[in-house]
Amino acid sequence: MSTQAAKMQPRRARANSFFYRARGDSPFALLVINLVLILACAIAVYPAVRVFTISLGPFNQSLIDPFTVIPANATTANYIQLIAKKGFLLWVGNSLAVTCSVAIIGLALSATGAYAFSRWKFPGRRPALVFLLATQMIPAGMVLIPVYLMLAKLRMVNHFNGLALAYTVTAVPFSIWILKGYYDTVPLDLEEAAMIDGCSRLQAFWRIVLPLSTPALAIVFLFNFMQAWSEFPVAYRIITNKNLYTWPLGLRALQGQFQTEWGMYAAASVLITVPVLALFLYSSKWLISGLTLGSVKG
Amino acid sequence: MEYNLWTALAKGIQDALPPLGASLREIVPVVLAIVAGAVCLELVVYLILAKVLKSRYALPYTLLAPSALGLLAFLGWPLVFNVIIAFSNWRLVNLLNPSFGLQYGIENFRKVFTEPLLNTAASTFGVIFGRTVLWTVINVFFHVTLGMGLALLLNRNLRLRGLYRTLLVVPWAIPDVVVGLVWKGEFHQQFGFVNLMLAKFGIAGPPWLSDGTWAFVAVCIANIWRGIPFMMVIILGGLQSIAGEFFEAAEMDGATWWQQFRHVTLPLLQPVLGPAITLGVIWTFNNLNAIFLITEGGPAEQTNILVSALYNAAFGFSKYGFGAAFAIVIFVILFIFASGWLMASGSLKGVTEA
Repeated sequence: MSTQAAKMQPRRARANSFFYRARGDSPFALLVINLVLILACAIAVYPAVRVFTISLGPFNQSLIDPFTVIPANATTANYIQLIAKKGFLLWVGNSLAVTCSVAIIGLALSATGAYAFSRWKFPGRRPALVFLLATQMIPAGMVLIPVYLMLAKLRMVNHFNGLALAYTVTAVPFSIWILKGYYDTVPLDLEEAAMIDGCSRLQAFWRIVLPLSTPALAIVFLFNFMQAWSEFPVAYRIITNKNLYTWPLGLRALQGQFQTEWGMYAAASVLITVPVLALFLYSSKWLISGLTLGSVKG
Repeated sequence: MEYNLWTALAKGIQDALPPLGASLREIVPVVLAIVAGAVCLELVVYLILAKVLKSRYALPYTLLAPSALGLLAFLGWPLVFNVIIAFSNWRLVNLLNPSFGLQYGIENFRKVFTEPLLNTAASTFGVIFGRTVLWTVINVFFHVTLGMGLALLLNRNLRLRGLYRTLLVVPWAIPDVVVGLVWKGEFHQQFGFVNLMLAKFGIAGPPWLSDGTWAFVAVCIANIWRGIPFMMVIILGGLQSIAGEFFEAAEMDGATWWQQFRHVTLPLLQPVLGPAITLGVIWTFNNLNAIFLITEGGPAEQTNILVSALYNAAFGFSKYGFGAAFAIVIFVILFIFASGWLMASGSLKGVTEA
């Protein structure tokens, strides 16, 4: 069909540019494009599949053929050992406790703070915004050294509160940026109409702006959750008590002697990754629009 | 004792509950106290500003009060404290009674630039800074070019587009720690899939993690793999917002595909690409996880970039005062770069005045 139309209308056919083909590519081009993309997908997914393969392998066997997905003598022994003997559930529970606190407090603080930045030009706004941007350039050690020393002096190492606090303050600046960008797109007229109808400013915020911003709030919650969920260097310094291990610490401890624990370590990676992966893929569309909204306003 | 899946779960839960309960008893009251404290703070600030001072900006300052106070106390103060630490001789031996003074600060900053940062003589500031720049350039270059290539391919009428896009995003969706530790295993000389795969093609794989140069190549490969999806998705979003008419018009004028790319695609992508590259550079420059989880900066400190050298100096060798001074140097480098870049591209203005 399309080739016929192209013959009849040479000018339109020429308008089918290299970068914008309204009627699709030729079969040969399609084949090449698909092959390239399939290869890229394979490279993207292979390491993850490989971990799954090793997690199913018998103990101490990591020399599985690189093109096998399910090894011949597949077993769930690694998973069982991990859950029964290594305290995996405790790690996940600890991580969940810290991460949820961070995500909830971070969301509450940034949702109100970002509204102030979005709607008022108060004195001090500009330096505050620049400060928030500058926090993105702070190397991890620059906060970790003082925090670690303060906690050491207060003899507060090995407490979750220090960890949760450190995560929250690093999450809030970026959250405020994203939410401010989103609030900026909510028209002011809506709040003004609500205020004419007798709402106070806060009621308008609570009843109009917040519900309209649900996608952005979800993104911020998810983003903070993911960041805190897989944070390693700070936790590694602050938590040394095995009862307080978050999962990254536990995972790392398993790989300490990777010759023996390699299968279990792979099983732990799979159990940690699958829920996060599902959540991420499910929400990736919003995640991306939220990220670009925050940074691409200029 | 032999477990099956259910007895294992039961045992795991039974073991986890007591310590987990203790943790929750510690953290839940603090969370509630923070929320209650934030509400009280807002009330006090509002009453003072609105009723006593009658400020026009009572409401925004009220809304900001909890996050501002929290950030000042727990981010602002540590940063100030970091500067104070830089002017001290704080190490592990005097952990509880360090001395402070200008001469210590001068000494610390002098050491950053004139003495090896870590143990080996080759770990000087110049060498590691050079490696960091190389690391950043290599990574961001491949993130952008490969991300752009994939985005251009995905931006076409393909039946399986959704599936490709989902699979290609996978590296970004896997938690950092898993990515790092997985690649560490995969680059193992005997057992890692990289060398098993190379052996299939009759190539003897290099000793990835025990040779400095190969280890650097390995961390670059792992981080490039991880970073492409972010750029791809951002660029794809930008490409989809470019109207097809631009290309049709360019085609009419006889532009070749390179001219179209150079003069239509790239300029129209700029508002998306500029901030994305800025963020990419900052994140890559500061990427402690990629280095620390895979090589810890080794072998023989040959894969350290600035932030991992900082982490190793401050915590591996417990040189806190020196580490704090070093951290300030890194921050200043990034700040100068980023503000220069943002000024030049003009996006800072749009950001603060929007």
